[in-house]
Amino acid sequence: MRVPQSWLSELVGELPPVDETAEAFVRVGFEVEEIHRAREITGPLVVARVREIEELTGLKKPIRWCRVQVGPEQVNGVICGAQNFAVDDLVVVALPGAVLPGGFAISARKTYGHVSDGMIASARELGIGADHSGILVLPPGTAEPGDDARDLLGLDDPVIELDVNPDSGYCFSIRGLAREMSAALDADYTDPASRVAVAEAEGDAWPVTLDDAGCARFVARRVDGVDPARPAPWWMQRRLLAAGMRPISLVVDVTNYVMIELGQPLHAYDAGRLTGAISVRRAAPGEQLVTLDDATRTLDPDDLLITDDSGPIGLAGVMGGASTEIRDGDGPIDVLIEAAHFDPAVIARAARRHKLPSEASKRFERVVDPLLPPVAAERAAQLLVEYGGGTIAPGRTDAGAAPTRPAVTMPLDEPDRVAGVAYPRGATVRRLTQVGCAVELATGDDGRARVIATPPSWRPDLVQPADLVEEVLRLEGLDAIPSVLPAAPGGHGLTPAQRRRRSVSRALAEVGYVEVLPFPFVGPAVWDAFGLPADDVRRRTVRVLNPLDAERPELSTTLLPGLLDTLVRNRSRGAVDLALYHIGQVVLPHAQPVAMPDPPVDRRPTDAEYAQIRAALPAQPLHVAAVLAGDREARGWWGPGRPACWADAVAAATLVGQAAGVELRVVAADLAPWHPGRCAQLRVGDWPVGHAGELHPKVVEALGLPPRTCAMELDLDALPLREHRAAPQVSPYPPVGVDVALVADAAVPAADLTDALVDGGGELLETVRLFDVYAGEQVGEGKRSLAFTLRFRAPDRTLTSEEANAARDAAVTVATQRYGAVLRS
Amino acid sequence: MTESTDVVDALHPDSLAAAVAAARAAFDAAPDLAALTAVKPAHLGDRAPLQLARRELGSLPGPDRADAGKRVNAARQETQGAFDARREVLVAERDAHVLAQESVDVTLPWDRTPRGARHPLTQVSEQIADAFVAMGWEVAEGPEVESSWLNFDALNFGKDHPARTMQDTFYLENADDTAGTVLRTHTSPVQIRSLLDRDLPVYVVCPGRTFRTDALDATHTPVFHQVEGIAIDKGLTMAHLKGTLDAFAHAMFGPESRIRLRPSFFPFTEPSAEPDVWFPEKKGGAGWVEWGGCGMVHPNVLRACGVDPDVYSGFAFGMGLERTLMFRNGIPDMRDMVEGDVRFSRAFGI
Repeated sequence: MRVPQSWLSELVGELPPVDETAEAFVRVGFEVEEIHRAREITGPLVVARVREIEELTGLKKPIRWCRVQVGPEQVNGVICGAQNFAVDDLVVVALPGAVLPGGFAISARKTYGHVSDGMIASARELGIGADHSGILVLPPGTAEPGDDARDLLGLDDPVIELDVNPDSGYCFSIRGLAREMSAALDADYTDPASRVAVAEAEGDAWPVTLDDAGCARFVARRVDGVDPARPAPWWMQRRLLAAGMRPISLVVDVTNYVMIELGQPLHAYDAGRLTGAISVRRAAPGEQLVTLDDATRTLDPDDLLITDDSGPIGLAGVMGGASTEIRDGDGPIDVLIEAAHFDPAVIARAARRHKLPSEASKRFERVVDPLLPPVAAERAAQLLVEYGGGTIAPGRTDAGAAPTRPAVTMPLDEPDRVAGVAYPRGATVRRLTQVGCAVELATGDDGRARVIATPPSWRPDLVQPADLVEEVLRLEGLDAIPSVLPAAPGGHGLTPAQRRRRSVSRALAEVGYVEVLPFPFVGPAVWDAFGLPADDVRRRTVRVLNPLDAERPELSTTLLPGLLDTLVRNRSRGAVDLALYHIGQVVLPHAQPVAMPDPPVDRRPTDAEYAQIRAALPAQPLHVAAVLAGDREARGWWGPGRPACWADAVAAATLVGQAAGVELRVVAADLAPWHPGRCAQLRVGDWPVGHAGELHPKVVEALGLPPRTCAMELDLDALPLREHRAAPQVSPYPPVGVDVALVADAAVPAADLTDALVDGGGELLETVRLFDVYAGEQVGEGKRSLAFTLRFRAPDRTLTSEEANAARDAAVTVATQRYGAVLRS
Repeated sequence: MTESTDVVDALHPDSLAAAVAAARAAFDAAPDLAALTAVKPAHLGDRAPLQLARRELGSLPGPDRADAGKRVNAARQETQGAFDARREVLVAERDAHVLAQESVDVTLPWDRTPRGARHPLTQVSEQIADAFVAMGWEVAEGPEVESSWLNFDALNFGKDHPARTMQDTFYLENADDTAGTVLRTHTSPVQIRSLLDRDLPVYVVCPGRTFRTDALDATHTPVFHQVEGIAIDKGLTMAHLKGTLDAFAHAMFGPESRIRLRPSFFPFTEPSAEPDVWFPEKKGGAGWVEWGGCGMVHPNVLRACGVDPDVYSGFAFGMGLERTLMFRNGIPDMRDMVEGDVRFSRAFGI
């Protein structure tokens, strides 16, 4: 909302400099978007009358050579490219020596074969509006040729552009903003609605029936014999320009002006084009309406319509219809002015449905003062008569009634209690009166003083004590509130899961992984690139109905697509050796959807409702994933680099397990997008929690990844939380180390052979570590030799070598029994 | 007596002097510590002449034995002294030459393994959590795909309230064709969950990832992070809100920072305010910076959570983490935080 300072001061008296006015708005709760300051124009800027127009021919675009009277005796020749003016029109001319906003200096110059002695200016060139579709034409009689144009244009009038909160619909008007300003500055206030003399009326202006609760009140007033071709007066046009609107025609300008002044959107019909009585109703299925913008709109049964016997003539509160539009050049017409009160929700839905956020719908959505319609209609009718001629017809239609608002009762000291401040005596009553409440004091049953405040008709947002409290606090100033730190009850610190997440993150960062935070959006193409089978569960995603990128409308079921994207981006920026990780939620929809309940909000949801809300949401476990490419260890003066390999991905996964206090078992697996022979499944016990390894070469190719890119992903939430870990028994006695080399079928996984040794080694076996793998002629085709160091130790004595050997033999025996492993001789 | 004469010979001062001289010569001839160690047994070991002489002492009569014993000990001490002296010389020599030869260029880089980093948003999120945990608060989290009821309705966004469109929402496809689920537009649903899940009083902060349909540019991102806090207790006032935000500002921006409040509007608070923080290191000079939203929790929100607004009151606040980092750490472009360039995260360390 753009507010010219001069318009405000008309209602609240003299204002401080614009910066202070803007600050006062901020203090009471508005956001100041911008202050449009007075544009400086130096040098001669005068009103001129067009005397002669000569159309120059043979040029690429239309150019006029004009003779303009710029003073009582002086006529200048000016070249002009605009076409929207005629002989005798009043225009604004910047004479040589003038400097327009933006440092645009005007001088006499030769162009198109003539000396152009000045420039005829548009509203935009003068800095008083956005319009540059033609030059600014002043209404006849506004001024005399040679008059200084500066005052006339209001160049010294700054405009404050404000953001209005959604609950403050009344502030989409000068009326509302002036009231706020008077409260902020403790200044006088004149309600512009109170200045309108609403005449007694006889009968209806037009027959109207209300058939839908979406329209609570419909006021109509008729002005007969208006000349719609006459221009609105310059002062009105100037204010509209300053408020950011383009002057169009008398009737449109008047309705817009009254809307900005009072806040009530109006609609004007050419009464001669109405057919029969007006009725307000919902749309029938398939009904259509051609709106003022000449668009044919198919209506929704929820749309509220203004209709006559011909059918729909307007989308209520949003946009009028083309069939009853007022057109210039029709000669004097009868104008029917509509001032209605609509249900905000109905208008909001219609504006959104038809993507028509108009000046009217913006106000109706936020509730307009229901007492305004007769006042606003009268004001518009009076202005039309004053500037367009004609007479106000005796009748006034006033169908329906203004809804009333109940009084709100609260303890007198409620604002003090909420703010933690002892406000001066009388502050609450004074502030509530300032916002327009009718305030009474009473004593409650408990003997405490109470305020009974009846909110004004324009404040439908004041419905409970908290709303009144806010008014008092913001007008008294939030700076009055002291700073007091509350004593929270002793908390429990971070939860085990929160501590685990931190440990995992740090562990990965400390071994060289860089955390990134990719978006969760993916498209089906990535599943194809991953080589997922058609029935793979990871293809079952939650879809975004309004994605930013139409190619990525799904929420990912895995963290890998985002990480791989990031990997590629880093490669494209010249990074070669990369190790990235991400900890985040993935979204896994249920196989069987659960309906989402929609409980009321005036009570706590029942346990069943709340449980169903949670059940209806997709599962969203916290995952951790990492990707690697290039060298894991860099080449350097110590020697060559070591390329990242499947084992690094598995190591990253087991590191996560260590950080979480869980030992992960590694088993061979075959799962896209991993290499079928280089994919490990990580398990807790027998429960799979993720995968790690090298990616499939086809995936690497499809996604443009570096060769041998590796990846791991774990479901962090699937890892059991280890809260109080049991302490080990640390024996002080010396260990006995024994090396064994076992020859077994090459297909026997090292982990299984290790498990066999552990199982067979008994309690004396402290650790098993594989230190060598050999395959070759010496061990035979299809076989390999795995060399282990077994470390034995007793808790209570020094172990003899006989005991250690016996334990070793027991370990080897189990390996032999399970896998046919034999000691390599 | 022949035997006795031999003994006397071994213990004779001349013999002892000769053994000492031989040892000294051998020690002094050793070129390095290893050689010295190698010749040591011949002169100071169990089979060395002096040790053998000592064994003969028992065969001497008492008075002679005492004299001879003294001589043997003196000779042995002298030999040991010669050894120690030579060792000292050789150690010094080694320190002077050998270690010098082994010296390396310690400025050679050892960047064999890459440098990792946690994302600055993770770091700031943990810093905030720690600040509140230190005040006795708890940290809560929730799902990113959220029910409309928890994201909007329970927070006093009416079904057709214009505020619902203020937050440009990603709507999700639902099996039953309702607008039942959304990508949460703020972390406020976690506050509702906290009130539904926990016993009063509640003091929780909720850091997390949030979503709005803003195209990515230098100052907007569709996926961003917030931290919100809510405190519900008996007797909480707006002064407590201000005090909490002041403490929060100190934790984030240093002891000189402070908070001022401007009235504002949010559906879920009444009164509502926007905090400005006084940031001493603001670019271009100390000044106020807009820092999120806050207010007293709306009675309608309390009712939707089954909390009696006549008994309990409380406050809530929320800030954008990207924005906080941008002005605190001088990050010029929002995209730096989302693109995942390793050079960016590495600058913030672990």
